[in-house]
Amino acid sequence: MDLAALPKAGDLARQHAALGSHAPRWRPGLGGAGAVHSEVFASGREASGAAVALALALDGMRASELDRQEERAVLWVQDEAAIRLTGRPYRAGLSEPLRRRLIHVAAHKAADALFALEEGVRCRDLACVIGEIAGNSRELDFTASRRLSLTAERHGVPLFLVRLDAKADLSSARMRWRVSAAPSPPPLWNTAAPGAPAWHAELFRARNHAPGEWILCDDPRNGWGSLVAEKPSADPATPPDHGNLAGAAGGGPLAAF
Amino acid sequence: MAIWLAQLAVDRWRHSEKCATNGGGSAEADVDIHPTALITETAHGPRIDAANEAGRAAGAAKGMMLADARTLCPQLRAVPSDPAGDLAFLERLAIWAQRWGPWSALDAPDGLLVDVTAVAHLFGGEARLLADVSARFADWGESGGAGLCARAAIAPTAGAAWALAHYGAPGSILPSPSHKAKTPAEDGPSPSHFRQDVQGLEGIQDIMRVLGPLPIAALRLDDDVLLVLKRLGLKRLGELAGIESGRSGRKGEGRGREGRGSEEQGNGRDAIQRRFRNRRSPAANPLIRLDQLTGRVPEPLLPVVAMVAPLVQRRLMEPIRHRPLLDQVLHDLAADMARELEGRGEGARRLELGMWRVDGEVVVRQLEMAAATRDPAHICRLFAMRLDDVEAGFGIEMVRLRAAWVEPLGLTQTDLEAAAEEHGTSLSACIDRLTVRLGEGAVRRPVLHASHIPERAQRWQPPLMPEPTSQEELAFHARPLKMLDSPEKIAVLYATPDGYPHRFRWRGELHEVVRVEGPERIAPEWWREKGSARLRDYYRIEDAQGRRYWIYRAGLAGDGRGGLPDWFLQGLCA
Repeated sequence: MDLAALPKAGDLARQHAALGSHAPRWRPGLGGAGAVHSEVFASGREASGAAVALALALDGMRASELDRQEERAVLWVQDEAAIRLTGRPYRAGLSEPLRRRLIHVAAHKAADALFALEEGVRCRDLACVIGEIAGNSRELDFTASRRLSLTAERHGVPLFLVRLDAKADLSSARMRWRVSAAPSPPPLWNTAAPGAPAWHAELFRARNHAPGEWILCDDPRNGWGSLVAEKPSADPATPPDHGNLAGAAGGGPLAAF
Repeated sequence: MAIWLAQLAVDRWRHSEKCATNGGGSAEADVDIHPTALITETAHGPRIDAANEAGRAAGAAKGMMLADARTLCPQLRAVPSDPAGDLAFLERLAIWAQRWGPWSALDAPDGLLVDVTAVAHLFGGEARLLADVSARFADWGESGGAGLCARAAIAPTAGAAWALAHYGAPGSILPSPSHKAKTPAEDGPSPSHFRQDVQGLEGIQDIMRVLGPLPIAALRLDDDVLLVLKRLGLKRLGELAGIESGRSGRKGEGRGREGRGSEEQGNGRDAIQRRFRNRRSPAANPLIRLDQLTGRVPEPLLPVVAMVAPLVQRRLMEPIRHRPLLDQVLHDLAADMARELEGRGEGARRLELGMWRVDGEVVVRQLEMAAATRDPAHICRLFAMRLDDVEAGFGIEMVRLRAAWVEPLGLTQTDLEAAAEEHGTSLSACIDRLTVRLGEGAVRRPVLHASHIPERAQRWQPPLMPEPTSQEELAFHARPLKMLDSPEKIAVLYATPDGYPHRFRWRGELHEVVRVEGPERIAPEWWREKGSARLRDYYRIEDAQGRRYWIYRAGLAGDGRGGLPDWFLQGLCA
């Protein structure tokens, strides 16, 4: 491991002072905050885990220089239990840049899924690897996760592992999130309809960022790949301001027609 | 076409003598006039292999002991013969003889066979082809030399051509029967002397009519078999063929009595067959040789193919004097050589590195490997040690690498694991590995399909196949991020049967519907479903905790296709 790459305590303190846990907004998918190996814990009753993993991955892809030059594929690995719980990816529901790139791997057991993840992380032609594994399987222990982390760091392919209905056991993932769906901000026109997806995310272990709780959602002004983390407001009735047109126009919220 | 170099060893020796004395007139005369014999050392003393004209005139003959010959001609000079050199020379000559035909075969120790099927017209007919052969052999070697003593003949089969070349009149041609029937002129398509299907009995009789008077030795038989035949009183080919066809001494009698003739033919052939029943090799069995001669039995020949030693070279714009530059050049050459060898499926066992210096010196370094290799790094490493003492002088202007000895070396798989550790695998390699471990259908890519039923609108195909052309999905339809494999039935509470759902139970948990959008009505595909298929009203909903789903009601109350409509949860939104 490259010790020089590790942040110094002083840097961290300064970071904390500058943005850290006190900063109201930050971009979890970007820069030093973006980790090569992340874990997302989510419930098997919702698609939030995969959605957050995709949003983080898209952030990284948008920022990456290489990805602007060529369209690299995205590997999405699911084990059978994960497919049973939350279904398979649906192309029309994916965000635009992912639709043509997705390669889906349906593994039987967690061991097969781990193998596929490691192979994917080794592949230089992949933009990122997304894994979905249900439960705390015996194969996915600390050794396996350490192995995945090292391979991912060595080859520079980001890995986002979604753990459905799982306890947060030992893992070497650089960032570990616990996410659940959050009420979405009301959309511009039909306020009775579900809006742009938002998630309540708890970062409970991270190397480059202080842990804390945030509301994640895509910045609607920038479209995909602009995941923003904001402090959850104390009043759940007023959704976080994320710069919709109504706010920008200065008037009151427009009612739906 | 068969070419017989009757005096190959002697001719070769004469040429080497002339070259050694630089073609001086006296030496030439000496070589030709002085009786000389080429000898081999045997257990019983030196034995004569060949003798020159003067030697033969003096009594020396092939197979004679040198001591015996010396008693006849005391001034007989003895020179060691060189059979290996003769064979090598014959091989080179066989390559050279391909000027008359597409391929040639060795007829050791002193003959060549060239396939001139359909070639003779290029030389203006068979007679002129033979004339060309004899002329080329006559002034073979340096100008003014006596050339090689060669006799050539053309016949439909290799055996017949051989017999004619050795025992026939010089320059004899045995045209193929079909050709003779059609065009008696010489400049038609040439006979196919390697073609074995000489047309039927007529062709055989033609061949035998011409070759009948030749001695039995024209059959290319071993000496002991020749002795047996001689003791049997069979001296000419015609006699043997007569027995074989049952017409010995009674030519033409069988014409009127077909049945008896064929019976007798069987008898005669059987007699020879019995006599030589345990002789399997063609050279020991006159029947096989006779059949080969007439073309009844195929006689495969081993063609001589020219092998070119792989050679790569670099001419340098500026003479190099320093070692690092030479190393670079060597590295390039090794890479070139590796490519060259790889293309031929070979590996080098011996390599020669020649360095031409500006001042005319050539420095050669040799390298011999334990096993065939073409690894450039390996070659460079080995040569690096041999290059320490190279004197560059005013500079090296050309470097040449030649593989003097090559062996077949198949393409081997590169070290996948190590390469993958270094640079990562390619996408196709990654998919191959996944497919091998997880099965064919496990790795797939979603593609669009022309259907508006959500689960039919997406299909799966192998990941690297080109995507089929399709109309893009409509942008104003919100679709879920994930779709369950089969929609799961939910129990829904609603105010009116065709109104919004209020709460529903899915997988044992109650969801309070807070926000809802819909319905989006998707009608069944009437052209492929039964008339009883119900339409679907899709709703995008969000529950109290913010979880977003895609649910539908199958059918309408009172649409006449069943009772109250059921509700299903099909997709999970982001």
